Amino acid sequence: MLDSTDQKENLLQVSNIEVVYNHVILVLRGVSLNVLKGGITAILGGNGAGKSTTLKAISNLLHSERGQVTKGSIRYRDQSILNQNPSEMVRRGVIQVMEGRHCFEHLTVEENLMTGAYTRTDGKSEVANDLEMVYSYFPRLKDRRKSQAGYTSGGEQQMCAIGRALMSKPETVLLDEPSMGLAPQLVEEIFEIVKDLNEKEGVSFLLAEQNTNVALRFAHYGYILESGRVVMDGTAKDLRENPDVKEFYLGVSDKGRKSFRDGRSYRRRKRWLS
Amino acid sequence: MFFLLDPFFYEIVISGLLAGVMYALVALGFVLIFKASGIFNFAQGVLALFAALTLVGFQTGQIPFAHLLSVFGFHVSHWGSGFPTIIALLFSLLVMIGLAWLIVQIVLKPLVNQEGIILFMATIGLAYVLEGVGDLMWGANVKELNVGLPEGPSEFILDTTDMFIDKLEISAAVVAIILVTVLTLFSAYTKMGRALRAVADDHQAALSVGISLETIWWIVWSVSGIVALVAGVMWGAKSGVQFSLSLIALKALPVLMLGGFTSIPGAIIGGLIIGLGEKLFEFYIGPMIGGATENWFAYMLALIFLLFRPQGLFGEKIIERV
Repeated sequence: MLDSTDQKENLLQVSNIEVVYNHVILVLRGVSLNVLKGGITAILGGNGAGKSTTLKAISNLLHSERGQVTKGSIRYRDQSILNQNPSEMVRRGVIQVMEGRHCFEHLTVEENLMTGAYTRTDGKSEVANDLEMVYSYFPRLKDRRKSQAGYTSGGEQQMCAIGRALMSKPETVLLDEPSMGLAPQLVEEIFEIVKDLNEKEGVSFLLAEQNTNVALRFAHYGYILESGRVVMDGTAKDLRENPDVKEFYLGVSDKGRKSFRDGRSYRRRKRWLS
Repeated sequence: MFFLLDPFFYEIVISGLLAGVMYALVALGFVLIFKASGIFNFAQGVLALFAALTLVGFQTGQIPFAHLLSVFGFHVSHWGSGFPTIIALLFSLLVMIGLAWLIVQIVLKPLVNQEGIILFMATIGLAYVLEGVGDLMWGANVKELNVGLPEGPSEFILDTTDMFIDKLEISAAVVAIILVTVLTLFSAYTKMGRALRAVADDHQAALSVGISLETIWWIVWSVSGIVALVAGVMWGAKSGVQFSLSLIALKALPVLMLGGFTSIPGAIIGGLIIGLGEKLFEFYIGPMIGGATENWFAYMLALIFLLFRPQGLFGEKIIERV
């Protein structure tokens, strides 16, 4: 889809949330972002910036990790989704693919995919159709459908995790670090499939990535997180061309290579939305 | 092969196997909970005791908490002659399902995402609470349990083969076979069964696809409560319902080490091996070393297994990709 998304419907609205783990550890300090329907939105940033926490706050998986949203609001289709069950979120069409795949090791690939349809009530034939749809996007999974997921390769496990999420017939998929631990070629392959799913099946994606380079090539809009705050946002094209992003996240600069000493001071643009 | 001609040998083998079935029944409850929640449920034996007590209570028409009521001046003990066995069984079943719900709400839910050892300690606490509540509800005296299962030596087998086999043990075997078949089919082919195995593998991921842990835990604890009921009925019919019944849990431990903590067939085969080994060892080796080997044989066998095959015979292999 396009970089110009002005007229698109706003699906998810996170405004100024603060997340605290274990009642003491403040991880997010005012993160706001929007996810448009039919788009690929990327959250970028380094380790510990709060990308995964943001996703978990949306999917409500935070609770089981002793985290809590203490301020701000999260609205999906204009309804507050704070303190919902994760299973209620899946029913509403929001599902998270967790960082590090998390396949069910002892289940076969096909059984893994079928667990994704746990919350569905629209009948067996619909589920069977979607299984075929998932296999058509991930032909590799079809070859390995009968093997235990624990014995498949990292790339296959990532595909299995994404496929499993698709089996819930989602409207929005929260994709956490899909490139983690994968060879560049596989990363490319997986992002191509994500793009395909976005364009052909109309699934919206919100993805958290450290691999800024790949993410900005496939996403439409990006947010850059730094120690729990959004420091910059813009269309992927703008971000790709922004000199700060180039220098600090993409590792290129217009002056060629230089030492850290010459690095220019980072103009942070902190945003405070209420 | 002199012993193959010995008629005693076959009798020992069969009664060993049948005793093994009884062990397996207890071990089964452990496996179910361990698989689904990674908790080693110390309270499984007490669960069996509690189930048997409840069943007897319903059967004989006891009023629960009669002792407590008499403190407040209500001197009642029975409300009638009790329910027929089948109704009492049904009610006990409902009590076990309700109990499972309470355990999930009070014990498991607040402890989500804690270390296994903490949950294990919680089940130790649960065991003592349940034992106390059972005592308070139904009294501590030894009760006789009769659910109408055939008892005594089977004349048919005695006549045809000259062997002395208890009918009760045969029925226990039949019940166990039915139970295991149903459970295996349930876990392999139903949506709930698949969800159950998914939770066993990865809690977080199960949550992320919308599986409700509470529901799954409730189902698992209910099922193992029902298994405990069956085990309690069998053991209770054999030796009366008394508080030492909760110690059968300790007999299940070596069975689990042998069969693997995560395998339903493992629990059965482990039970059979222990039952059989115990009887044979006692009969052939026992006299040479002074007897009473049944007390320790199972543990010794389990120890040997721990050394050479720590996941047990059928335990899930710890998957390690290289």
